Amino acid sequence: MMPAIQVATGSQLSRRGFIKASALATGGLMVALYLDPPAAAQEGAPPPPRTYPPDAFVQILPDGKIVITVNRLEVGQGAQTALPMILADELDADWSQVTAQLAPAGELYKDPLIGIQMIGGSCSIPNSFQQYRELGAKTRAMLIGAAADRWGVTADQCRTKDSVVYGPGNRSARYAELTEDAVRRPAPAVVQLKSASQFRLIGKPVRRLDSRAKCDGSHKFSLDLDLPGMLIALLARPPVFGGRVRGVDDREARNVSGVRDIFEIPLVSGSAIAVVADRFWAAKQARDRMKVDWDLSGIDHPDSLQLFARYTELAKTPGNVAVRLGDEHAIDQIPASDRIQAEYEFPYLAHAPMEPINLTVRNDRDRAEAWVPSQIPTWEQAALAEVLGLKPEQVTYHVLSAGGSFGRRGTTDSHFVREAAAIAKRLPGAPVKLIYTREDDMKSGYYRPMFVHRVEVGIGPDGMPIAWKHVIVGQSFVIGTGAPQEAILVKNGVDKLATEGTDDSPYTFPNMHVSVHHPKVNVPTLSHRSVGYGHNSFVRETLLDELATRAKYDPIAYRLKLLKPDAKKFRTSLTLLDQKSGWRHRLPRNHASGIACSEYNSTCVACAVEVSIENKRPRIHRATLAVDCGLAVNPLSIENQMQGGLVFGLTQLMANGAITLKDGRVEQSNFDRYAPPYMPDAPVSIDVHIVPSAEQPTGVGEPPVPVIAPAVVNALFRLTGKRYRSLPLTTV
Amino acid sequence: MLLRSSRTGSVFDQAAPNANRILRSVTVILVACGAGLLLMSFASPRAQHGDRARTRTEGLAAWQQVYSVLTSPRCINCHTATNYPQQGDDRQRHFANVERGLRGQGVPALQCVSCHQKVNADSTGAPGGHDWHLAPLSMKWQDRNDQILSSAEVCRAVTDRSKNHNLDGPGLLKHHTEEPLVLWAWHPGRRPDSSLRTVPPLTHEQFVEATRRWVEAGMPCPQAP
Amino acid sequence: METYTITVNGQTKEVTVDPGAPLLWALREELKLTGTKYGCGIGACGACTVHLGGVATRSCLVPVSMVGNRPIITIEAMAEDPVGRIVRDSWVSLDVVQCGYCQSGQIMSAVALLKSVPRPTDKNIEESMGGNLCRCGAYFRIREAIRAASRQLEGGVR
Repeated sequence: MMPAIQVATGSQLSRRGFIKASALATGGLMVALYLDPPAAAQEGAPPPPRTYPPDAFVQILPDGKIVITVNRLEVGQGAQTALPMILADELDADWSQVTAQLAPAGELYKDPLIGIQMIGGSCSIPNSFQQYRELGAKTRAMLIGAAADRWGVTADQCRTKDSVVYGPGNRSARYAELTEDAVRRPAPAVVQLKSASQFRLIGKPVRRLDSRAKCDGSHKFSLDLDLPGMLIALLARPPVFGGRVRGVDDREARNVSGVRDIFEIPLVSGSAIAVVADRFWAAKQARDRMKVDWDLSGIDHPDSLQLFARYTELAKTPGNVAVRLGDEHAIDQIPASDRIQAEYEFPYLAHAPMEPINLTVRNDRDRAEAWVPSQIPTWEQAALAEVLGLKPEQVTYHVLSAGGSFGRRGTTDSHFVREAAAIAKRLPGAPVKLIYTREDDMKSGYYRPMFVHRVEVGIGPDGMPIAWKHVIVGQSFVIGTGAPQEAILVKNGVDKLATEGTDDSPYTFPNMHVSVHHPKVNVPTLSHRSVGYGHNSFVRETLLDELATRAKYDPIAYRLKLLKPDAKKFRTSLTLLDQKSGWRHRLPRNHASGIACSEYNSTCVACAVEVSIENKRPRIHRATLAVDCGLAVNPLSIENQMQGGLVFGLTQLMANGAITLKDGRVEQSNFDRYAPPYMPDAPVSIDVHIVPSAEQPTGVGEPPVPVIAPAVVNALFRLTGKRYRSLPLTTV
Repeated sequence: MLLRSSRTGSVFDQAAPNANRILRSVTVILVACGAGLLLMSFASPRAQHGDRARTRTEGLAAWQQVYSVLTSPRCINCHTATNYPQQGDDRQRHFANVERGLRGQGVPALQCVSCHQKVNADSTGAPGGHDWHLAPLSMKWQDRNDQILSSAEVCRAVTDRSKNHNLDGPGLLKHHTEEPLVLWAWHPGRRPDSSLRTVPPLTHEQFVEATRRWVEAGMPCPQAP
Repeated sequence: METYTITVNGQTKEVTVDPGAPLLWALREELKLTGTKYGCGIGACGACTVHLGGVATRSCLVPVSMVGNRPIITIEAMAEDPVGRIVRDSWVSLDVVQCGYCQSGQIMSAVALLKSVPRPTDKNIEESMGGNLCRCGAYFRIREAIRAASRQLEGGVR
């Protein structure tokens, strides 16, 4: 997931920030976005390597505790444990003494490859693996240097273990004793990293650092922040996106005890009324008693049924071409009996993290301070500064861990930060916590867009596909943002985030034609965990299942046969899955298995599920996953992400797993009508198998999400004879 | 008819002595029955409208009114055939997978009273009443597909003393008049969005009245189709 | 605004709130016990679960005015509770949490289950925990952790 850039004025972001795209040795494409002023670099020249001073990332306290600063928001994905693990391993730290803290917004904490501070695209490990290894190794080298000096020996006469430097003749010194001397030494420019056989933590199942505090109520999330004099703000938002306040009757609202102020603020689109009180309940009571007259003229009132009808029509016509391989008319030569035609519908999805959007801002006029569960601190800090008329460096921007995100907190327009800033602007001196109630959060937009796919597959005499013709219809949240990112992601009017999973299909289709329509709809949309793969992999893997069934092939064998030669991780994960899912050939009556695989940003996941139908719903008895993510940094964390991501991917199969609109209004407001998976919906048993690998680690937060829904409906086909192409799955 | 026979005493007087004796006995029996019926009609609850017994037709009409209340959302949402209650006027399955449990009171960590207190919580939108729980499965008024049962089926269930906690007519009337969870249906409180929940199609008084008329008619049930 | 006397984690506390204010917000804002979380406000997610009079209760739905003298126990007291401690240790040992936001509620529900059914079947677990939402999808590990805690309880550690 590559977020688009909103160029902000008066900020560190240069209007002419440029992009250098470099192909990695593995053949993947990484975008390096450099936001330094143009004079500092030339297009085509390699960027100057950034130096990360260890002392900005590691603190060794006198009592031996080691605090490692993590340059990523912790949203549950485990970066707050994995990155310290990596650093601590190279550092030879005593892991039992290690704790982590989240880095505030800061130059040094930018993603070393992407160039802004952010999480997204499951890139925490891949992009900071090397960085944190070097930080650990450099710190170790400085500590050894300090010890060597103290003892009058050479560095190579020393070794380290568990936060202690050992020298010749039984000498030893704890890291805590050496820190003062060590920090005075320059950090070495080059360090020796461990070989894999020397890892003590990397590659081992290591438990999370933040578990205990999250199990005893002591861990503080953003919503838990309590500051003296803090005020609570709620927003009354327009019922249709882009609506504006025409008038407000707040007499009753102002009478609620504890209410401080009520005023209008601009939204990114439209306007809202802020209600500020000293307690949440007072703010809510006041907001409930307010009558707002909304001007909803001049804006589109989207309707889901109408949109699906419109998209279905569009899908019948070719759009902007995304893939043109071979002969685009080859499909027409294939007799109808050897063709499959399928139309798919995917609804809007809400991220619905357990912790609804909230953040706290204090406006001190010539400075500001903010506490935010922030997915993109660089942009948000700049946006906050812009609204308050400050420079970003005048904003102290703390990053607090988040109760989930799945992409919701990674907006391109920093909307909730702008809203909080607009409120704080009116109330200087007081920390103002803007809270979205669950209803606000669910109706606030920024959904995974709805999509319609229309696919025609032509099959050859050997049962293998000869031609694949595919039209995709769905909104782009990148086009029109006018940022350098747009130049990378959008080609020929096609937003890659809408086609990934199709345009990078691992299967061989001699003839392939993919085109896309990106309608403009008055519903804000956003990256949602696994982005384009969430729907594209569903289409691809269910059609693959149809092809395999027609060809009377085992679904894994069919895929292996069809894989492109260079689809290495698909091959390894499918092969491992085959080995670990022998149970699919020994199923009880009324149980069936289904297979699907997907990649996300160079990690591949293959999945087999065992399904029966209970009470007219799919009951998933078992899921077996095989994942190839290169070097498995923390197998325990990978297992956790695989198990959790599978459940997240089930959301779009739930009977009430859709956001719908009628007359411009979002119809769902809470978990009563938008019901994500609960425990009974989740697989009863999940076993995860990791392909052994020494290659560069790739991320795992998003890769499992796209595989579960197609695997389940592929299994359902074997039970009901029906293909399920319209989500959510309301009936089986 | 009995009275008319009594007034034509001359017919018996002109009959043969044995026949007279038989006729006299029959008359006595018939008169006794008639008197008994009259006594019964005095003993049962009286309607406001006149002193006559309820006909089957009247009873069935009253039952239809009762049925209209029993099958309205505020009542039928807890008279399910499944292991879950329903919610809302559209009778969706209750959110958060709440379950019936062994005694219709939920399961250990998710009881009815985990959310439903003894009175409505209008500020939060949680309805409440004394001893909030599901009606037993014997008193289901829907099928396992959440389809409302027919008038005949519901009537049979409600009048079956092996299923309805052994309630007779007066017992049913008392249940409809006094049971707290029944009364709740007419004061169902506010939803989380502060809107008022809808009430059954009759007032409680009308419901009790219809029940009374139905009971007076002998609790007739419509024929199954 | 009215002042109520409530018993929280064994201590008597006075809170001055609107009579309709949910117990959840009194705990979080007046008593600064932020371990109990706000997830939805309508009782659909379980993040706000406390024990009220011994019953696992969704505190976002119960106005303070309805609490009365029923004792309230929150997640913060689980460290002192023999079953709570075992559950918490089980959660940590099996690396259950991801973002962790729902876990206070999950643990409170699990403790209520285990106090009532020390040896729950898989069906018991699914029924009692089936109303607690976790968007990170940690359900598999939650099941395992409850089984592990139950085995510990069975082993006589009280």
